[in-house]
Amino acid sequence: MTRFTLTPPLIALILAVILFFAGGLINPDFVNPAQATNIVRLAAFLGIIAAGQTLVILSGGEGIDLSIGAVVTMGAILTFRLTGGDNSLIWVGLLASCGAGVVIGLINGIGIALLRIPPLVMTLGMTGVVQGTILVLTQGEMIGATPPLMRQLIAEPLILGIPGVIFIWAMVGIGMWVLLERTTYGKQLFAIGVNRTVARFSGVRVQWIVVLTYILSGLLAGFGGFILLGFAQTVFLQLGNNYLFPSIAAVVVGGTLLSGGKGSYWGTMSGALVLTLIDSLLRAAGLEQAYQLIVFGVILLALIVVYGRQRSLRQ
Amino acid sequence: MNTIRLQRFFSRQSYVISLILLIVVVAVNYSFQNNLFELRIINNNLRTMMPLMILAVGQAIVVIGGGVDLSVGTMVSMINTLLVTWITPESTGGEIALAFALVCGIGILGGALNGFAVAFLRLQPIVTTYATSFIFSGIALLVLPRPGGSLPRDLVTFYRSTPLDLPLGLYVIGVLILFWIVLRSTRYAQYLFAIGSSSDAAYATGVPVRSVRVTTYVWSGLFAALAGIALTLSTGSGQANIGDDMTLNSVVAVVLGGIALRGGGGNAIGAVIGVIILGVIRNIIFFAEVPTWSQTLVNALVILAALAAPGVIRLIRRLIQR
Repeated sequence: MTRFTLTPPLIALILAVILFFAGGLINPDFVNPAQATNIVRLAAFLGIIAAGQTLVILSGGEGIDLSIGAVVTMGAILTFRLTGGDNSLIWVGLLASCGAGVVIGLINGIGIALLRIPPLVMTLGMTGVVQGTILVLTQGEMIGATPPLMRQLIAEPLILGIPGVIFIWAMVGIGMWVLLERTTYGKQLFAIGVNRTVARFSGVRVQWIVVLTYILSGLLAGFGGFILLGFAQTVFLQLGNNYLFPSIAAVVVGGTLLSGGKGSYWGTMSGALVLTLIDSLLRAAGLEQAYQLIVFGVILLALIVVYGRQRSLRQ
Repeated sequence: MNTIRLQRFFSRQSYVISLILLIVVVAVNYSFQNNLFELRIINNNLRTMMPLMILAVGQAIVVIGGGVDLSVGTMVSMINTLLVTWITPESTGGEIALAFALVCGIGILGGALNGFAVAFLRLQPIVTTYATSFIFSGIALLVLPRPGGSLPRDLVTFYRSTPLDLPLGLYVIGVLILFWIVLRSTRYAQYLFAIGSSSDAAYATGVPVRSVRVTTYVWSGLFAALAGIALTLSTGSGQANIGDDMTLNSVVAVVLGGIALRGGGGNAIGAVIGVIILGVIRNIIFFAEVPTWSQTLVNALVILAALAAPGVIRLIRRLIQR
């Protein structure tokens, strides 16, 4: 008989449901299907952007990708500029945003795996480079437009009143599950996350897996920027910054260990839902922005206390 | 034999490479700006670097102890808003001293909150200090919803002063170096390095791991308060997000100063050198007349190159030996 255990992703999901109905206490208009759909829609953007962060954190070795905020901005701006609002050029935007993400991820990966620069520093340094590149490319002028078709396919209700981005998120979720659970890459990713030396001795090409992981992270962030444009409709230099730390928080709240080797993408999906719900609840409660920030910080701290704890020194 | 001794020297004196880098960037800066060594210019440069210098020393202590503090920038913002609220142009010396003492106490409290969460609740430093950073920036916004405030003229003049014809910044650097030399000679510093390199081994040999870890964040909170005071004197006004960007810069400065992010090694003075390198690079870009829109990119590329240099050297050495 398999015993029913409360795993962190499950706790997060239950918490999300409780939070949603708790919202009804604050504001009776909060609990309805339209609001639920809206929250899942908002969580989808964070969830897609946090997918790459999940892989990077799973890879261990203090793995973290601080450049994804800038990559998201880059992806959105490239799509905005290259399509110029033309539906027939959407594929150019998609290719460019994903391509830029791959290149940035490759540079991150080389710096981290070959030059042994700590991930925090390397991706932080790349953030500046990406932001600088954006400034050089745009010269501070945001010329372009969002193709109307992107809005229809991503942000507006597509089938049964459900927006397209939720379907995209579901596909990303399935893709991530297959990648992590059913491919050699996934097995090797968990292996290097647990112990790189052991993984190397059992024949895993550690450096190659690390480079590949950062490439995937860049790719997913670039794709996230492309998707985000369909919702935001407009671009600005800080567009992606608001997703950087929430992406890390979503991964942690979903029960993935920051030390690597243990976790899941469905945990991150639950984490994204919880964070988005808290954010929406605080807005619905009509709190001033200052209180919103404080309460968000306290709740985040409480969530990490519940299941983000590291092992004790005394064992 | 000699190479081993050389390697040991570089690993102990981690800031030597930073010092070489500093000399290089200062030389480049001098070639663009011939009055670089004039007292007035040195004073101006050090004055803008001072807040980050103080902050980076606090960050260095946390990093050496095996953690990282992502809340320092928002703590500086919070201190700034409190100071401009408590100090008015009519404040007396006693009131100003009281305000300074109070914000130092608040910095210590904020640091203690971080330290308690990391050491006693065993939370991961990155997410914990990220979470508390929201609390600090919320308080900052609560204290000062709109930018404003002004300080007594004397206070602002003091920050620009050159006692005994030497820039105030030099005195601050002197105090920071003295602080580190004194700290380095204590048993506490040995504990600090021990928990940074391996908290398990430190625990096994009887180091009070948890309390030492708490103190690293308390230091960082106190230094954030001091940096907040310096920044407030420098700008003379308040803004709820004024210091937020300093967090990441303090981490970069620590790394440029030769302090390994994995903890257990390094010299806090290196962080001061790291801040000066960052400032000088910014100077060079300004005086080299790099086009406005390319400045961020050039700045970032130079910093990335500086961060990558040790890795590139190591890689080349490995390839040659093969």
